[in-house]
Amino acid sequence: MATPSTLFDKIWQAHLVDRQEDGTCLLYIDRHLVHEVTSPQAFEGLRVTGRKVRKPEQTLAVADHNVPTKDRDKGIAEEESRIQVETLEANIKDFGVPYFPMSDIRQGVVHIVGPEQGFTLPGATIVCGDSHTATHGAFGSLAFGIGTSEVEHVLATQTLLQRPAKNMLIEVTGTLPQGVTAKDMALYIIGKIGTAGGTGHVIEYAGDAVVALSMEGRMTLCNMTIEGGARAGLIAPDQKTFDYLAGKPMAPKGANWEAAVMYWKTLKTDAGAHFDTIHRFKAEDIAPMVTWGTSPEDVVAITDVVPDPSSAHDEGKKAGMERALAYMGLKAGTPMTEIAIDHVFIGSCTNGRIEDLRAAAELAKGRKVAAGVQVLVVPGSGLVKEQAEAEGLDEIFIDAGFEWRDAGCSMCLAMNTDRLKPGERCASTSNRNFEGRQGRDSRTHLVSPAMAVAAAVTGKLTDVRKL
Amino acid sequence: MQKFTKLTGVAAPMPIINVDTDMIIPKQFLKTIKRSGLGKNLFFEMRYDDKGAEKPDFVLNKPQYRKAEILVAGDNFGCGSSREHAPWAIMDFGIRCVISTSFADIFYNNCFKNGILPIKLAQADIDKLMDDANRGANATISVDLEAQEIRGPDGGVIKFEIDPFRKHCLLNGLDDIGLTLEKKSKIEDFEARRAQQSPWLAATGSR
Repeated sequence: MATPSTLFDKIWQAHLVDRQEDGTCLLYIDRHLVHEVTSPQAFEGLRVTGRKVRKPEQTLAVADHNVPTKDRDKGIAEEESRIQVETLEANIKDFGVPYFPMSDIRQGVVHIVGPEQGFTLPGATIVCGDSHTATHGAFGSLAFGIGTSEVEHVLATQTLLQRPAKNMLIEVTGTLPQGVTAKDMALYIIGKIGTAGGTGHVIEYAGDAVVALSMEGRMTLCNMTIEGGARAGLIAPDQKTFDYLAGKPMAPKGANWEAAVMYWKTLKTDAGAHFDTIHRFKAEDIAPMVTWGTSPEDVVAITDVVPDPSSAHDEGKKAGMERALAYMGLKAGTPMTEIAIDHVFIGSCTNGRIEDLRAAAELAKGRKVAAGVQVLVVPGSGLVKEQAEAEGLDEIFIDAGFEWRDAGCSMCLAMNTDRLKPGERCASTSNRNFEGRQGRDSRTHLVSPAMAVAAAVTGKLTDVRKL
Repeated sequence: MQKFTKLTGVAAPMPIINVDTDMIIPKQFLKTIKRSGLGKNLFFEMRYDDKGAEKPDFVLNKPQYRKAEILVAGDNFGCGSSREHAPWAIMDFGIRCVISTSFADIFYNNCFKNGILPIKLAQADIDKLMDDANRGANATISVDLEAQEIRGPDGGVIKFEIDPFRKHCLLNGLDDIGLTLEKKSKIEDFEARRAQQSPWLAATGSR
């Protein structure tokens, strides 16, 4: 009888090309997603050394960070952004990499495009020069972000030099209360384990509350794994996973599909497998969450108040909290529901999928944006946009006074022209509330799509359950 | 890649926890298609005001730290995005060594690809080095990768741990891709096995 293994161990073992005596492993990479920001220097490296892309057919490129979300027919106005996208387009031509241009309905945020095309598959290793590659772990694939040197390494060799990570189990049992979503679960977990809690680990999410999540919800949960410090988060694939992938353009077909599903059904952690770290949470303890500071771990329930730095258990953390409060312009003890906002951003690889837009539209229906608040709704891909429009969601948003845009990363990191002005405050469905993330001196509160709409229509952070 | 063997230089203190990649190099500088020239924008928002003038209180703007080659920082340095622009900016500024209690995984990994040595130490050692760093240009710190030792201005020695393979690559300035391509036949064997065992992975949309 073999030693019981975790899901991570199984995928790792199945992709080992070589293992050096010192434990460094050469890991085979099945799928490589490429975007315009972290790839130009990698392609340039190939050019300088006369190397080729080893497996263009296992690679997929799309521009998402710099693309405008309106007036697309006019192209990209900002010169540097335009050059970066043009550079990607030149590179994919020179190296023969499949690409969805901005005019293609399949264009979108790279982590939304991969799953929706069936490029993402269970048991596969998936990388991208982007930390939110963790998203794809929702399918039971080992997916993690890499730097540009590693992008070049994968392009040239289809492998990566890696050391095995430790195994962490995060189990969430029970039923999420009404008004509480996968995003709240992710923020709650990060609040508990801390933004460095997962460092050195791959996290497997399990428990009936995780299994009960839709594929979209699972992607939201895995997406935020990096905000808890772990490069990859995994959920064992099940019938929901297979149903989501069946018939997707790049998913296997016919006999290959049958064989794949048979294999995918074996992808689960064995009973008795060893985890280095285990955290267990109860779904019932989770409320709609909102961040108050400048790290995703700076998070409280919407019913709570801005915490007091004097409650910190060490000096470093206390100084960090004081710095965050000064940046955010908040005072300890202020109820979260008294914080007024100027902007709302609904979108990103965290919450830009169709289910997120449905949840937002359900609440927005028949309501109006609060005076002085600007709301951007940015679908995660052209296909998400098309689906939303087929369901009439766009009209609900427009009637509510929200702006309905084209697909891209947009105000999640404000690399295109969608950005906040200094001092402006935003309720955002994205993943990072770092200093300057949505524009210099901008203030971000991370929330779920439903909570974002609640803030949009009231003009302040609001408990969605009381709307 | 530039080798890292020994370094003696001024260490700049940055006692802030969770210094994230957006703080190290904000998004507007990710639009470059080059690796070079990012040093002037390192820690941009902490370093310059909204008119572009230097903030005199920021550590790297102080006369004694303008040529710092070592950074001593708070917990979880480099958290956030995978942007290699962060180590590129640090390197371009002239910093070759970052010392903290902990680093985010992707940033840590990216350092080694760029000839930067990230050193993890216990809090007590960080506290000591932070004190040394606070003494500015009068107190240089020496880092010896081969010996895995840091020497403070008063002669105290702190040992540090590092993965042997990463140490070897950094000491010799080795190019990972070149090393991996020496294993080309193993990669080919793996691909042949995979084509048998999981043919659906060989190409997208396979029948």
